Amino acid sequence: MIELNNVSKSFTLHNQGSAVIPVMEGATLSVAPGECVALTGASGAGKSTLMRVIYGNYLAASGQVMVGGVDVAQAEPREILALRRDTLGYVSQFLRVVPRVPTLEVVAEPLLAVGCDRQAALDKAAGLLARLNIPERLWTLSPTTFSGGEQQRVNIARGFAHDYPTMLLDEPTASLDVQNRETVLNLIEEAKARGAAIIGIFHDVGARERVCDREINVSDFTPGMAA
Amino acid sequence: MTPLLSVQNIRKTYGTRIGCTGVSFDLYPGEVMGIVGESGSGKSTLLNCLAGHLEPDGGRVVFDTRTDGPVDTVTMSEPERRMLGRTDWAFVHQHARDGLRMSVSAGGNIGERLMAVGDRHYGDIRDKAIDWLGRVEIEANRVDDRPTAFSGGMQQRLQIARNLVTGPRLVFMDEPTGGLDVSVQARLLDLLRGLVREMGLSAIIVTHDLAVVRLLADRLMVMKDGHVAESGLTDQVLDDPQHAYTQLLVSSVLQV
Repeated sequence: MIELNNVSKSFTLHNQGSAVIPVMEGATLSVAPGECVALTGASGAGKSTLMRVIYGNYLAASGQVMVGGVDVAQAEPREILALRRDTLGYVSQFLRVVPRVPTLEVVAEPLLAVGCDRQAALDKAAGLLARLNIPERLWTLSPTTFSGGEQQRVNIARGFAHDYPTMLLDEPTASLDVQNRETVLNLIEEAKARGAAIIGIFHDVGARERVCDREINVSDFTPGMAA
Repeated sequence: MTPLLSVQNIRKTYGTRIGCTGVSFDLYPGEVMGIVGESGSGKSTLLNCLAGHLEPDGGRVVFDTRTDGPVDTVTMSEPERRMLGRTDWAFVHQHARDGLRMSVSAGGNIGERLMAVGDRHYGDIRDKAIDWLGRVEIEANRVDDRPTAFSGGMQQRLQIARNLVTGPRLVFMDEPTGGLDVSVQARLLDLLRGLVREMGLSAIIVTHDLAVVRLLADRLMVMKDGHVAESGLTDQVLDDPQHAYTQLLVSSVLQV
């Protein structure tokens, strides 16, 4: 489902003496349906960069980034938008939402975007929020005022609302208590069971060992840092 | 899929000064595109050329009309273009006063556009006007008040209601949230996003507020000195800007 072929990425800082910083070279990996792969490597090795290259918010300098039959490195903006709507989910570490939109709507939005019936979407969103222990009295409020942990859980609920065939998870269990961590790991296992191909960053070793089938050390793709 | 709007090599000069030049892009149904750049970069000139308010010196603006398919709006006759401006297109001005009739009631402002496309039943027009006031969160009992009695944010919402009542397919917006305080901005963003999704609108939004485009726009075009410096997916342009000017623009934003 996800296949990277010799992908490289560098940043050119035009306003800082045109410094060119190569951050990734020869990244090659593939993830099959139903498989969860963990990205490992020291901080700064390029785990998040690799995720962003796959999601399309970093532009790959060369190589192929195939997700569900679309080459993200070459695709038109609207092809990437369609891919993100239907095929590729992303749970980032930060919740970014329009102010004033109620939590329930925020979570249901990915479902409404794929044309799901409104009531069904809201029901599913409510189910996820309940599983993640967000008190019902908060559902009609905007998540912008929530605590860090609550925002994280809203973000996860939103990421798992639509059954994406491929998913990117950036530290999904960070800043969660034991019970919620368990719920998130269950959600990941359920996604795997329905055949989703998942790439994740987990600093939580226990979580990584439980849900991930194998590990890819990103340092192998870091120029000048090859182990 | 046919693009709703296909812009090909638009150029507009003011004497020897360049307004905008070499601008081309395709906008597809349901897409929202943001245009950012500093003042004087040509973004408003471009928007006005696209919307038919200014005549470009060169290039084509091909719109996929409901009846005749793709037509170049630059070469179409003035009455045809005006009809398009009342039906399939809408234009939200930066200053609500430019887009409203200040001496006509709020209901009249909304009703005028309906009458322009042939609605004649007073009761129906009034009902629709009240319905739209509700959608933009203006109390129904303000329907007979003039916009001069409204606050700036309300005027802006009224302008949006007036523009969207006829169910346009393409909305041009020039700094729609400029000059409004942040709480009103947030309300307006929420409103616009809801309308875009429910009505399947396409929109072109000119702004200098990067936070606004990140939330509203799928795609982004960055203008500098009348040229397109960079364009692409909104979060890609903002997170991984390729052009020197975009890097400067993105790194200059103050974090809140």
